[in-house]
Parts: sequence; structure tokens; C-alpha cells
Amino acid sequence: MTDFLPFLKKMISAPGLSGFEGPIREIIQEAWEPLTDELSVSKIGSLHGLKKGRGSEPRKQVLISTHMDAIGMMVTGIEEGLMHITQIGGIDHRILPGQPVIVHGREDLPGQVVQPPAHLLPEAAGSGPVEMQYLLVDVGLHPADVIKKVRVGDLVSYAQVPLELTGEALAGHTLDNRVSVAAATICLEELQTRLHDWDVWAVASVQEEETQGGALTSPFEIRPDIAIVVDVCFAKGPGANDWRNLPFGGGVGLGWGPNIHPALYKAFEEKANALEIPTNQDLMPKMSGTDAMAVQIVAEGIPTAVLGIPLRYMHTPVETVSLKDVRRVGRLMAEFIADLKPDAMDKINWEE
Amino acid sequence: MTKKLEISAGKVPEIGPDQFALLEKLTNATAVSGDEHEVRQIVLDEIKLIADEVQVDAMGNVLATKFGRGENRVRVMLASHMDEIGFMIVKKHDDGLFEFERVGGIDERQLPGKAVLVGRDHLPGVIGAKPIHMTTRDERKKTIEVGSLRIDLGPEIGDQVKPGDWATFATRFEILGPSIRAKALDDRLGVATLIELLKHAPENIDLLVAFTVQEEVGLRGARVAAYRFDPEMAIAVDSTPANDLPNWDREVENSRYNTRLDAGPAIYVMDGATIGDQRLVRLLTDVAAENDIPYQIRQPGPGGTDAGVIHKVRAGVPSLSVSVPSRYAHSAAGLARIDDWANTLRLLHTALSQVTPELLAVERRD
Repeated sequence: MTDFLPFLKKMISAPGLSGFEGPIREIIQEAWEPLTDELSVSKIGSLHGLKKGRGSEPRKQVLISTHMDAIGMMVTGIEEGLMHITQIGGIDHRILPGQPVIVHGREDLPGQVVQPPAHLLPEAAGSGPVEMQYLLVDVGLHPADVIKKVRVGDLVSYAQVPLELTGEALAGHTLDNRVSVAAATICLEELQTRLHDWDVWAVASVQEEETQGGALTSPFEIRPDIAIVVDVCFAKGPGANDWRNLPFGGGVGLGWGPNIHPALYKAFEEKANALEIPTNQDLMPKMSGTDAMAVQIVAEGIPTAVLGIPLRYMHTPVETVSLKDVRRVGRLMAEFIADLKPDAMDKINWEE
Repeated sequence: MTKKLEISAGKVPEIGPDQFALLEKLTNATAVSGDEHEVRQIVLDEIKLIADEVQVDAMGNVLATKFGRGENRVRVMLASHMDEIGFMIVKKHDDGLFEFERVGGIDERQLPGKAVLVGRDHLPGVIGAKPIHMTTRDERKKTIEVGSLRIDLGPEIGDQVKPGDWATFATRFEILGPSIRAKALDDRLGVATLIELLKHAPENIDLLVAFTVQEEVGLRGARVAAYRFDPEMAIAVDSTPANDLPNWDREVENSRYNTRLDAGPAIYVMDGATIGDQRLVRLLTDVAAENDIPYQIRQPGPGGTDAGVIHKVRAGVPSLSVSVPSRYAHSAAGLARIDDWANTLRLLHTALSQVTPELLAVERRD
């Protein structure tokens, strides 16, 4: 996509918490409709877009898995017009006080997470970080109206508006993992003008942040020959400067570890080098923390690669990404896919 | 008892679209203590055609006078502070990251994960936090200290931001049903109220309006403003916390709420800096009762307003504070009720219209 920023901003401004991906799926569906030959929705809500290859049938298939669900919160109780909350996905409660949110009640209600004064909390809870069970959400309405509009089980999503920082950096919530959906979309768009032998399945998967349900089921239905999982990875930044952290805006993270097929890793590395797309090895000595954990073990097993987009402040409402890296991942995937020959699987093996 | 007089000036000011627009402009502006420029400009633009005299004093206070008519006009000072809590950039690091210090009383637990605006050009930045995935359970039990936080302005910020620049939370004004949500409601609610009172100035008094600086760092502007005005009485108009949330233990009533939303303007009998002049307390409570204006007494306790210094200027100034209650003061976004603001404006206007020399002729005997 020549300018994918409006699309990305639209995506991160839409709700779509894990298990409730409807609103975001519709936006992606609209973007993928002209870029794919077939679109379908899986039994549990993942979006599958097929762009057919030109080779003769049966064609090999590559799956791009990008989870579209977001972390957020859910109402657990209502008291004097204020809501108690719990988390969907992993949220550090220390970033919540003062956060703008939207409570998705009978109508969308803008509000904020609030930290009650110390004297209203248990003695030990008042001084340090206030645990999520004591935080409240205030939507500014009178208690009688809150009772009419909000119920236990209603969703609460972050409401931080996207901010463009200098140097093509974008800050906002849910960039994990809508940036990867944007990268997949860039890839689909680049493939419009490229001849490719393989079928390409773009998948916007559900529930990565909670159950990995999407990543386990879509590959089963599609049965791809190889899978490319795209997710955010940890960029260097304040408090994040060890081996887990890749340079911000410094290029594509190439996942390396047990979730990743080494031959695919090498193929991507060679392709990136040939294209002079900067990459950094993203070490994943145990589990990758991505859809790849599930995708790799679907059915008979699927050779899987993990591409990472370095992101600062993951799971906060001010996640920050370099748009350069999003473009790089999109382009690298498109070039890789366009080059997949019908016999490419011969090289995805364990002969080292 | 105060004698009820006819309201001598124009109509009692009300809150409508124009007032919301003014408050929106005021709260979205950046004016951290010591850098009140933006709000000062808005105030000057609003009042230059209304006030009889306007000056900006040595500290940056805006001092506006609206003379009344007739004899025996009491010189009444009103004060609201233009400044807000915020940040100052103190050190530049690599990669678009800046170290910052807090200006005014900000709980550091309110900082991680917030958007901010830096400098006069309102450049967007974020205060991030380490990903939860990289933290330990023990770490999450400790407050993230401000010294470890950075404002991130993106890798190509260059020299657009430098140490000494100020910053605030990026929150934008919004109306949520019966409420207003904005940053710096403390004390732009007061500033907006004073602008409205200037526009509808009662003619029985000389109205001396001080839009003060540096309240949040020690009530500094109000002192010199009061010295210059040399008023006969003063009212500080501010916004005070409504700590009216439920106690975590539902069996326990919240008896330390300071003020409550929906209960009307908060009249101070005593806070940490001022013992309110009872003649003025009575004036306001009587006027409220006679005119069916709801009000509440701010729970006596710590805290202070510009009245804390004004009452001790020169030979002393009978002083009082009145606040619009608001929740979540000194955080990214406060929350106040529109009705509480409207009633504060109404109460002040009605009371000022009844100020006569007799009010202060009796000795203070609290």
C-alpha cells in the first residue's frame, strides 16, 4: 500500500478485543475484498482471504497469520455508577490509572480508568501500584444512567487516539497486532502486480491474546504447506535494553528458536539480504509468544516462520512502532512469496 | 443576615455553548507553572474589550479591573490560577527519548502509558512503560519511578525539543453526558468562571480579577496580585477534589470525600492554608439558601488555594475560597459536573451583587 497509515489508524481505532473481533474483522474484510479472490470467516471468527496463484492445481499454499484481536478489559461489577474491571489479555495494572477507555455498553461510553484515593483502599494497597481489582472506570454519568447502560460482561477498550511522532513513528493502542495486519495487506497489494505460483492465504486470526484459538483452527481448515506468522516484537526503549530487544525502526525481526523452521528462517534471511532489507535475529529460545506456537503443531505440523515488527511499550495504550518496519515486513513477504516455485518445498527440509 | 438587594448588573451568567467553547480552549491549552503564556493570551483576548483596566504584572499575572457605578463600592478581588501541573524536559537521551521532571503535585503512578504534548508547538509524545512480558511479578508490585520513565517523541525529533521545555498531558476536552472531562480543570474552571463574571460584572462593586501564575508551586502569583490590587475582600475561585468514590469495603462509608459531585459549589470554612472569613461564608451560604442554589461545605482539612496567601497580604484581606468540585485532579483527566460549574457561577454572581460596605463593617468574630 502506498499509504497504509489511514488504514492502520482506522484499524487501531476500532474495537475488537479477544473473542469479540467483529468490528475489526469488518474493516479488514473491506480492505482485503479487492485484494483477494475469496474471503471467508472461520467457525470461530478468523478472516481468511485467498489470493490464488497462477500455477496448475493442486497448488502449494502459504498462510500468513496475523492476529487481529486486542487486549482490553471487561466489566465485573458496578457500584455507585463506577465499574470494576478485569483484564482480557495481559495488562500491567500500573499503566491503567488515568487511561481513557470506552465502555461498550448498550451504547459506547467514553470514560477513564481511575485510581481511588488511598483512604478508600485497603491499608497496604494505597501506597504502591493499585491492583486491578481496586481500580474503577468512570464514564461521567449519573449512577442511575450507568445501571441502564452498562452490564457485567460488557467490554472496555483503550481509547488513546493515534499519535504521529517524528521519524515515521506511530503511537497508539492495539498496534499489537494491527501493524501485522497492515503488513499482510501491504503484501497482498504488492502481489497484485506480481506473478506468483503459490496460493496465498492471508489470515486475520482471533483470540491470540487469550486462547490462541484462531491460530490453532485456521491452519487446520486451510492446511498450508508453510506458514508465516507476523507479530510485533520487543523494540529497544526505556527499560528494555537486553538481548530480547531489537533496534526501533531497525528492520524486520527474524524469529529464531523451536517454533521456527530453520530452513524458512534461512530463506527469509537470504531474501532480505538480497533485497537489502535490514533484519535482526529475534531470539526465541522457548516459546515465541505468537501464533506460531499454535500454527506449528496444527495437524501433521506446519513449517513456520516468524517475522517481527519491533514495537515499544507493548500492551500499553501508547505502543510505538516505526512505519518503516511495517513496510519492510510487507515487502519482504511479497518478494518471498512471489519467488516461491512449485517445488520450493524441496528446500524446506532438515538437511543441514 | 445579609440584606437582600436587587441585582444591579446584567443577567446572571449561564453556561451554554460559548462557555463550553471557552473552557475547551482553556483546558486544551498548555500552561505549566512558570509557563502560563498560552492561557494568558486566551484570557487577554477574552477580556481586553470588557475590562476597564488590564495589565500583566511582573510575574505574569493578568490583572483586570471592572469598575462599578455609584458610591461606596467595595473593592472585591477574585483570583483563579492559570497554571496547571505538568512536566519539564530535563535531559535529552538518544533515540527521541527525553528525561523529565514533574512540576506541581503529580502522583507518579499516573504517568506510565500516557500521551503528552511538549513545548509551545504541542509536539506529541508518549510516556511508555516496559512491556508486561518483560516484567516480573515482584516488579509489578513496585511503583514505576518517574526517573526511569521517558517522554518519547520519535527518532527524528532533532533539536525541536530541548531541556527546559514544558509538557502536559495530551487529554482533550470532552463532554460526557452531565460531565466535563478535561485536563487542568484545576483551575481553568476558575479562570472561565472569572471571565464570565467580568463579562457580567455586578455594578455595586469594583471587581478586581486576578488570573494568577504559579499556584501549583506555592501560591506565588496571588501574593503579588493581591498586594497590587489592595482589595477589601477576596474570593479565590478554584477546583477542589471530589473524593466521593465508594470505599473498597462496601460496609464502610466514605466519610472523607472532601467534596461530592452534584452537590454544588464547595464553600471553604477552613483548609490547610486559610480559615475562611465567616462574614463571607455567611454571605455565600445565605445567598445560596435564598436563591435555591445548591452548595456544600468543603470538608475542612489539608490543601489550599490562592486565598492562603491573599488573606495575609498588606494589613490583611478578608478572604474565602469557593471551588467547583472535580474528580481526579492532578491526573491526565479530571471530571466535573456541568451543573456544579453553573451553580458556582450563579452563586458567585448573585453573592457579589449583594456585597455592600456593611458586610465588612462588622468585625470579624469567627
